Amino acid sequence: MTLSIVLVTFAGFWFPLIMAGLVFAVSLGVAAYSTYVERKFAAFLQDRLGPSRAGPWGILQPLADGVKMVMKEEIIPNVSNKFLFILGPAIAMLTALMTGAVIPWGPKINIGGEWFSLQVADVNIGVLYLLGVVSIGVYGIMIGGWASNNKYALLGALRASSQMISYEIAMGISVITLIMLSGTLQTSEIAAQQHGFWADGWFTWNFFKNPLTFLIFFICALAETNRTPFDLPECETELVGGYHTEYSSMKLGFYLFAEYVNMFISSAVMSLFFFGGYNFPFMDELSNHPNLVAVIGAASMLIKTLFFVMVFMWIRWTIPRFRYDQLMNLGWKILIPLSLANLVATGITMWATGKIG
Amino acid sequence: MTTTEILFFILTGIAFFSGAMVVMSRNPVYSVLYLITMFFAIAGHYILLNAQFLAVVHIIVYAGAIMVLFLFVIMMLNLNKDTEPHNPPWVKIAAVIAGGMMMATLVGALKETATPLTKTNYDTTIGTVERLGNVLFSDFLIPFELSSALFLAAMVGAVMLSKKNIH
Repeated sequence: MTLSIVLVTFAGFWFPLIMAGLVFAVSLGVAAYSTYVERKFAAFLQDRLGPSRAGPWGILQPLADGVKMVMKEEIIPNVSNKFLFILGPAIAMLTALMTGAVIPWGPKINIGGEWFSLQVADVNIGVLYLLGVVSIGVYGIMIGGWASNNKYALLGALRASSQMISYEIAMGISVITLIMLSGTLQTSEIAAQQHGFWADGWFTWNFFKNPLTFLIFFICALAETNRTPFDLPECETELVGGYHTEYSSMKLGFYLFAEYVNMFISSAVMSLFFFGGYNFPFMDELSNHPNLVAVIGAASMLIKTLFFVMVFMWIRWTIPRFRYDQLMNLGWKILIPLSLANLVATGITMWATGKIG
Repeated sequence: MTTTEILFFILTGIAFFSGAMVVMSRNPVYSVLYLITMFFAIAGHYILLNAQFLAVVHIIVYAGAIMVLFLFVIMMLNLNKDTEPHNPPWVKIAAVIAGGMMMATLVGALKETATPLTKTNYDTTIGTVERLGNVLFSDFLIPFELSSALFLAAMVGAVMLSKKNIH
């Protein structure tokens, strides 16, 4: 047996597992370093220095934070339900990490003559899988908030769940618009359709075809990840800490961490749906070197994703929080009608330009 | 036993256990959580039948939307003190008889189906999105549109009922 055959058999069996491990590691690593970047960025905007003690430029700060979280005393309130109290952060973390499975992180890579896609699971209902996991993500917050047996935690949980349900509708409708445009539910197919950057006299990326859909999706993604200006579930001035008031030690860490993982994943989804995913300009010029394309593609996917993570942080430190009635008005009276109108307009345009029969 | 069979029995066990616990839990919040667990087990069964679309839509609609609202209302009304009153015995007996009759009807209806599904005649593409979409927008177009009109009417009705003053 030659080396390449060994390599292919090895890769064929292990590649999805390696890919899954890689996605886990990258999501967690990026989430950890997002906390550092967020603090540095906030410091920059507020003319401070930010974390600077642990390592050069404070670069070891996430490690120090992690050690602190793990070493702290863990307190479970006496009157709460222990099992559900532990289940809450577990679900939050689980659903945050599950979404990474269907995202194509790069074009196909060639190992010893065989092609492997840089995706853990290429299911044919990938987009719906994403929506499904997002829709059960709210249980982590609800169960945790209720099991804490604390009125602030319960109020925070109720706020979070009503907000997430409200914005899921507009998000779902904008995703339907996108599905109409691309005609598939498969995430790898959506990425492949946005191949390159420029074709037939117009950009290939979905953002340039339908910017309004992206805008609606982006606002809903902010609301779904409970980030400012939609961070009412953990509004300190009204609710102490919101749904995680009673949590301490690494369980609190899981909740906070799940928010950053969610941020990373939703940024990845945005760059996949609207900004071409792993596609980059002039990729056809390199078509003789497929592995080079794969590497640059994965890098461009990561760069786009990190850009959106940066935008999330930028918004957090720029825009003040909404009032609750403003939040609900925006969700129900502006975003849902707007996304419905967008859906109808897209349908009519597609019919008029002869894209559908 | 094949992997599919092992998975089938595990999922069935979970579904039966959580279904029983929905009825037997004293605390309504636990009932709702067991019901959600059962929905996940049933979604697992759909995936075993290769009906991925049905499985995911089942999760999105039932576990992701309807049960969140259930949980929401129960938490909001603070029903988490075990306050449920004991029903008189005849109510329990009547409930068991009614449920048993329902099951008998279902079993009878299933026995009457023309071709029982086996491993050989089961069409594995029947649950895919393409098949479903084609059937839904050709053979069942009118029922599909009518049911969406019904949903719209129900939604408008709910909004009207929840409004305090209608001028």
